[in-house]
Amino acid sequence: MSGRSNTDGGGTEIPEAESGVTRIPSWVLNLISAGVAIALWFVIGALGIRGIPSPFEVLQAGINAAQKGLLWTDMLASFRRVTLGLILGVLVAIPTAFIMGWYRVARAIVEPWIQFLRTVPPIALIPLVIVLFGIGETPKVMIIFFAAFMTSVISIYQGVVDTDRTLINAARVLGATDRQVFLKVVVPAAMPFVFVGVRIALAASWGTLIASELVAAQEGLGYRMQIAGIYFDLPTIYFNILVIGLIGYAMDRLLQASEGRLIGWQERK
Amino acid sequence: MNAVIPKIEFAGVSKSYGTGSKQFQAIEPTSLAIEDRSFVTVVGPSGCGKTTLMLMAAGLVEPDTGSVKVSGKPVKGPSPDRGVVFQQFALFPWLTVQKNVEFGLKLAGVPAAESESRARQYIDLVGLTGFENNLPKTLSGGMKQRCAIARAWAVDPEILLMDEPFGALDALTRVALNNQLLDAWSQRKSTVMFITHDVDEAVYLATDIVVMAARPGRIAKRIRVDLPWPRTEEVRFSAEFAEYRNTVWHAVHGV
Ligand SMILES: Nc1ncnc2c1ncn2[C@@H]1O[C@H](COP(=O)(O)OP(=O)(O)OP(=O)(O)O)[C@@H](O)[C@H]1O
Ligand SMILES: [Mg+2]
Repeated sequence: MSGRSNTDGGGTEIPEAESGVTRIPSWVLNLISAGVAIALWFVIGALGIRGIPSPFEVLQAGINAAQKGLLWTDMLASFRRVTLGLILGVLVAIPTAFIMGWYRVARAIVEPWIQFLRTVPPIALIPLVIVLFGIGETPKVMIIFFAAFMTSVISIYQGVVDTDRTLINAARVLGATDRQVFLKVVVPAAMPFVFVGVRIALAASWGTLIASELVAAQEGLGYRMQIAGIYFDLPTIYFNILVIGLIGYAMDRLLQASEGRLIGWQERK
Repeated sequence: MNAVIPKIEFAGVSKSYGTGSKQFQAIEPTSLAIEDRSFVTVVGPSGCGKTTLMLMAAGLVEPDTGSVKVSGKPVKGPSPDRGVVFQQFALFPWLTVQKNVEFGLKLAGVPAAESESRARQYIDLVGLTGFENNLPKTLSGGMKQRCAIARAWAVDPEILLMDEPFGALDALTRVALNNQLLDAWSQRKSTVMFITHDVDEAVYLATDIVVMAARPGRIAKRIRVDLPWPRTEEVRFSAEFAEYRNTVWHAVHGV
């Protein structure tokens, strides 16, 4: 899908598209990019710079964690928290955003709160969620829920508000009632923004994991990093960063894979 | 008195956009009566308020002053008896050609099988057969326009409001669609308000031509067209046609 840029039919585009870098498929470039980064890491590791462990040390930390079985329990615990918080956050954000976008009164009531709460860092909620929900799984999930909700609600709401007026008018002249306009025009038109919202929320959920696992966690990738921090165990910290990044990346790719089917109708400009 | 009620009647309608020093009069108070079963073409320079006037009849723009009546009743909003073909096509990008054309039929509660076959019939009429399952993004500008026309036609409105519907078409397709539009209009006894930039098209289709002028938007001239029906190539190349074209051209260019 890389050489598809010659929309204005310029003759100059063809040789460029036919030659060199632009002919290499994206996934190969992705691999090259990752490979170069790892190679650089090896070089830096070999130089022995303070604060950057070598890939071998990090790999060793990973093997240790896997052998002790900690890796799997940590991954599972964190994955559950993130996924639950994300799903709940998005499930609440979608109706909230649509109601805000559709009803002026609801918007006027809810929007200031969202704008205000948006700037509150999730980590600041820790004392509050402990008071409200204790120290079990609930407060941890709630922190992620908060982050997922706050980041996605604005994006989805924007999509609802920005629905093309002409499309709404086209439906109205064909006889659509307000309800039908909402269900048959506003909802599908906002789908791309829902998608963007979910992706932003996914990143925010993983990004809030550490804060979440500051709440009396016994396991989890974020918790493991905090423990490693106390012992200044850099390879373990790096290893957990890698694992979080990779799981987040994989989840994002999964979302993107379903994107084509759901919102493939979009015109790329 | 037994006066004939116009199909569409604009009575002293005006519209301004913006506020304060940025306020801009798009249309000064304007009156226009469109008779039942007439085919009124509207020509005029860009920005003279053609779309604004048409959207008032559609019930999508509310005039600042005056009123719009359809069949004697004040317009209170859009209705499926007034079909609109928008200047920007306004196809639903997530629906295929077929589903776009069926949109109004489904809202009207037409049963699925009938709605499907009726949509096919109109898709065929505008020459889009074979593209039923295409999404709008895969269509050319002219194809999108034709799909938008089929969608408006399919619900069989009494009034058809068309905003430069053939602007993106090549001359051949345009002539073919002009003839189909005239056929449909004469068979259905509908009333059409048709905006165009093309003087030839304005004369060819019209029972009446409204020429608008800009700054402020207003009606400069109204011309009754007494060319014979049906309109054919013979009519198009007649001396009378050329005369009308001349008159309209001069009215549009303000000389
Ligand atoms: N929503 C709007 N807000 C502000 N100004 C507007 C709006 N709609 C139209 N106008 C202005 O009103 C004037 C008339 O617009 P309109 O779209 O009716 O013109 P038009 O005759 O249809 O032009 P064209 O031939 O280019 O389509 C223009 O000067 C335009 O800038
Ligand atoms: Mg216009």
